[in-house]
Amino acid sequence: MEVKFILNGKQACVEAAGDTILLDVLRELGCHSVKCGCETTNCGLCTVWIDGKSRLSCSILAASVEGQEVTTLEGVKEEAEEFGTFLANEGAEQCGFCSPGFIMNVLSMVRELEDPDTEEIKEYLAGNLCRCTGYMGQLRAIRKYLQWKKEEVRS
Amino acid sequence: MLTINHYIKAKTLEEAYELNQARNARIMGGMMWMRLGNAKVQTIIDISGLGLDQIEETEHVFRIGAMCSLRQLELHEGLKEMYGDAIAESVRHIVGVQFRNQATVGGSIYGRFGFSDVLTCLLALDTFVELYDGGTIRLSEFVNKKRDKDILVSIIIRKSDRKLRYSSVRRTKTDFPVLSCAVVTGPVHGKETWYFSVGARPMKAAVLEKEWEIPEDLKEEELAGYAKEAAAGFTYGTNMRGSAGYRRHLAEVLILRAMRSILADRTQEGK
Amino acid sequence: MRVVNQPVPKVDSQALVTGKGVYTDDLAPADCLIVKVLRSPHAHALIKDINLTRAEAVPGIECILTYKDCPDRRFTMAGQTYPEPSPYDRLILEQRVRFVGDAVAIIAGESKEAVSKAMKLIKVKYEVLEPVLDFRKAKDNPVLVHPEENWKSLCPVGADNKRNLCAHEEDSQGDIEAVLADCEYVIDRTYHTKANQQAMMETFRTCTYLDTYGRLNILSSTQIPFHVRRILATALDVPKSKIRVIKPRIGGGFGAKQTVVTEVYPALVTWKTGKPAKIIYTREESFIASSPRHEMEVHVRVGADKAGIIKGIDVYTLSNTGAFGEHGPTTVGLSGHKSIPLYGKAEAFRFVYDVVYTNVMSAGAYRGYGATQGIFAVESAVNELAAKLGMDPVTLRELNMVKEGQKMPAYYGETANSCALDRCLKRAKEMIDWDNKYPCRDMGNGKVRGVGVAMAMQGSGISAVDTASVGIRVNDDGFYSLMIGATDMGTGCDTILAQMAAECLECELEDIIVHGVDTDSSPYDCGSYASSTTYVTGMAVVKTCETLREKICARGAAYLGCSLEDVEFDGEKVLDLKNGRSISRADIGNRVMCNNEQALYASEAFTSPVSPPPFMVGMAEVEIDKETGQLELIDYAAVVDCGTVVNPNLARIQTEGGIAQGIGMALYEDIVYNEKGKNYSNSFMQYKIPSRLDVGDIWVEFESSYEPTGPFGAKSIGEIVINTPPPAIANAVQNATGVIVRELPIDAEKIYRGMR
Repeated sequence: MEVKFILNGKQACVEAAGDTILLDVLRELGCHSVKCGCETTNCGLCTVWIDGKSRLSCSILAASVEGQEVTTLEGVKEEAEEFGTFLANEGAEQCGFCSPGFIMNVLSMVRELEDPDTEEIKEYLAGNLCRCTGYMGQLRAIRKYLQWKKEEVRS
Repeated sequence: MLTINHYIKAKTLEEAYELNQARNARIMGGMMWMRLGNAKVQTIIDISGLGLDQIEETEHVFRIGAMCSLRQLELHEGLKEMYGDAIAESVRHIVGVQFRNQATVGGSIYGRFGFSDVLTCLLALDTFVELYDGGTIRLSEFVNKKRDKDILVSIIIRKSDRKLRYSSVRRTKTDFPVLSCAVVTGPVHGKETWYFSVGARPMKAAVLEKEWEIPEDLKEEELAGYAKEAAAGFTYGTNMRGSAGYRRHLAEVLILRAMRSILADRTQEGK
Repeated sequence: MRVVNQPVPKVDSQALVTGKGVYTDDLAPADCLIVKVLRSPHAHALIKDINLTRAEAVPGIECILTYKDCPDRRFTMAGQTYPEPSPYDRLILEQRVRFVGDAVAIIAGESKEAVSKAMKLIKVKYEVLEPVLDFRKAKDNPVLVHPEENWKSLCPVGADNKRNLCAHEEDSQGDIEAVLADCEYVIDRTYHTKANQQAMMETFRTCTYLDTYGRLNILSSTQIPFHVRRILATALDVPKSKIRVIKPRIGGGFGAKQTVVTEVYPALVTWKTGKPAKIIYTREESFIASSPRHEMEVHVRVGADKAGIIKGIDVYTLSNTGAFGEHGPTTVGLSGHKSIPLYGKAEAFRFVYDVVYTNVMSAGAYRGYGATQGIFAVESAVNELAAKLGMDPVTLRELNMVKEGQKMPAYYGETANSCALDRCLKRAKEMIDWDNKYPCRDMGNGKVRGVGVAMAMQGSGISAVDTASVGIRVNDDGFYSLMIGATDMGTGCDTILAQMAAECLECELEDIIVHGVDTDSSPYDCGSYASSTTYVTGMAVVKTCETLREKICARGAAYLGCSLEDVEFDGEKVLDLKNGRSISRADIGNRVMCNNEQALYASEAFTSPVSPPPFMVGMAEVEIDKETGQLELIDYAAVVDCGTVVNPNLARIQTEGGIAQGIGMALYEDIVYNEKGKNYSNSFMQYKIPSRLDVGDIWVEFESSYEPTGPFGAKSIGEIVINTPPPAIANAVQNATGVIVRELPIDAEKIYRGMR
């Protein structure tokens, strides 16, 4: 069947079978940032936004996003670069394979929570696994990024 | 691998129900669990367009649409006001925010999974399920009902003067529970009644009802006796996450802690 | 130093944080055949018949290959320098299947759906055989995992396939029995560590195609491109000259990708069909048919005199290599050679091991490589000794630890030329506030907190084996191309090697471009494993830069028309010291491209006769629920001596990441098999790696020694960092509750049972 949706602000139209998974469709459309890490909804690598909310594209039928807004890291490039610089300044992107899904959820958190504390950050991002960093560097990057954003707002 | 031949987004509940009567038709929840199976589905029916994604609060009930996400349940102000953090506590350990944005309350309840925190929690409350064809029945009845082709429309929690405590033990913070436990107490027909729901034993949650008048200043050992008795009302099994014996012990501990906390709360209110 | 020891971001960071398509599957041609492997449902069986008729009829199926289509040349998938210590015990596909998940057939087709459908239609008849599932009963078991006659061991590692033995060795110094007999206190215990999954976020994957020249190109997520070339040539029976291996960005390795897990399957398909092919392992395949840590049972005897001086250490390790011998003979060695030498006053030691075949998935290389298992055992035994002596385990270590300048008999007689272990211990103690917290504090809410300690060491490359070569070229406008064969797998070696080059060549980091690995053009490097890259490849960079500087001076002198003795290169220009005239690097770079007979290029190789150990101390604080046994990791303090820290940010992340993996091993991760050998831990739902809520707070500092044989005084860091959490956390549990858990993982139920 034909599925029409908004991908990163632009109209997309794909042919999908009943069991076609959104993750596969997005990769075929060139959104290479979207990765598959587990197939069992545990790792968070495939995180995208559906109508602005963080979701797992490995478990969404492509057919079901008809008419919805799908956002991948490619669609928030500027913010990804902004936060990504903080991440890179800690060396905390490491292998980078989990970075896109992680960054999508960080940006989602920034939209949803006002001034989150460490525990709130950890809990919000618990569904984003990372095997390289031990998570501490990611946390340092987030704290510095939030601080920077606060100062941006003030100035 | 799950295979699906057709996807249909239902326009009415009636249409969804009719479509679902076919042998290989399935209603789609959040697609968290179904996708992991090997089912061959002829038609999958999406009911996300039917307005079942709201939590409605009236004077007497909370009506939770089957397509509400676990995240909605976690963040709902009315539920928080009524039950404190207990409802949120029952879902906040489930994988992650993205997962909970997607997994539905209906899917969790309909699946009647052994590991279900949501089922454990709601079973202890005065909870009903509204079925499209089967009318409104008690959740405790639904849990043991044979699987059929009906559609779960909403979950209804009847408001009453009840206190809820929820806790679980997990190997990692976001793993399935080794054991989950909800304890509720309140007056029923003028009698103090306790409800104990224990899940992930590893069998699915079951509920136990006890008419116990327990004074707030009861001695710790006696309270422990009550907890022991409640925990003994369930059967336990062994799997990768824990042995039957350990689970029974955990049930005693979690029940006792919940009862103690509720009684302390009451003492506080009494003052 | 200007560039070395600076926390510069990784050179590839912007591509990674913006999600660029730089990994294997992103780069695979769109028309690749999809390759999948049909796997054995039995732990041990012979294939009697395979019927492909219906499967081959599925539209879109290109080919289905069985053992009949594979060369009968045994090889090993272990990525090691030739001749490999790992036995040649594999075929690509074989009539005998040796574990649940072993490869039975390779299916290639146009789509995932077609391949999955065909897979279900293949009918296999098995003769089911009795498996060997208990590794304690494997040696000399009448059931042989490898009865075949053409099984071959290339090195004298004590292997004997007719005894299910993959390796056996004995090493000792002094009379251990006599020394232990004289000791006032002897601890005699057995410890058990399970197999663990590296669980890198990018599963195993490979894409293959034929290039313009008809050569087989392998685009693969691997740590060992040059070994892949050699192994595939052997396995496919084709000349090495026909194979090219390209390593793109890798989504983590941790040793997993030091084994040729997936490469053979699409390679065989492409070689047979001429068509591009790719295999992307599912997470399940990555968990049931991969290269996890060797399960080990380690029997330790540690003896001390009345004053607490450790006089002798005796270690016997039984290692489970599973169905194949990848890394079997080598990992086990570290369980003794990198645990016993931590104690410098021992008068005698003995280290004996057996490595056995069983019918579970083959083990492989995982960060720590046997040292992790041995250190859990020896450090736990030392902690038990401290309890027996009634001594603070930190004090016991202060009395006994190896010191700088000491010879380490159990570490191949090498001398600890750089060792700040004493400073590491002192600092870690301050960080965790040991003196106020040891042994435990009752928190008054049903919970008790305890602290625990462990030390660790590792190596820096494999002495007299690992070889790295590096090439650096001066280009027009004077920028440099740094050509390496070391494989950055996210760790940042492209960056730190460029930092070293920039330091040596006195230029900016931006003046150097780094090329990823391509076996056609990169200089030879054995690959990134055995903690070798910073030390071994780093030294090759230093050597290459020295040679290149001489060549730049020579060219500069020639262009200035003066003698070589009169010039100096300051990174920017070659200066004639006599008259002050100079020529810039940019001008030299441009001029060598015209009318020039000498390439402005240098290439040097390095191998080291020694493998200087980094050292480390880890301390854990845990909180235990006295009723349920539930454990909460509060803090983990670690101090590392990796010599000079080349990039403080990347070294810190390596350390934090390794500790988190060690925490996973200590507390959560477990590969569970059923009684028939089926692996239950086949997803992230069942195999629980820590989330960010499960690792407590990890605090890392460095206490640097200076390693005289390393680049800028550096040693390794990649592996050592995983070694301390299991024993330190076990010790914290011991100090909090008195419960000693000797089998990992340390779960709540074990603690609860211990407390009962």
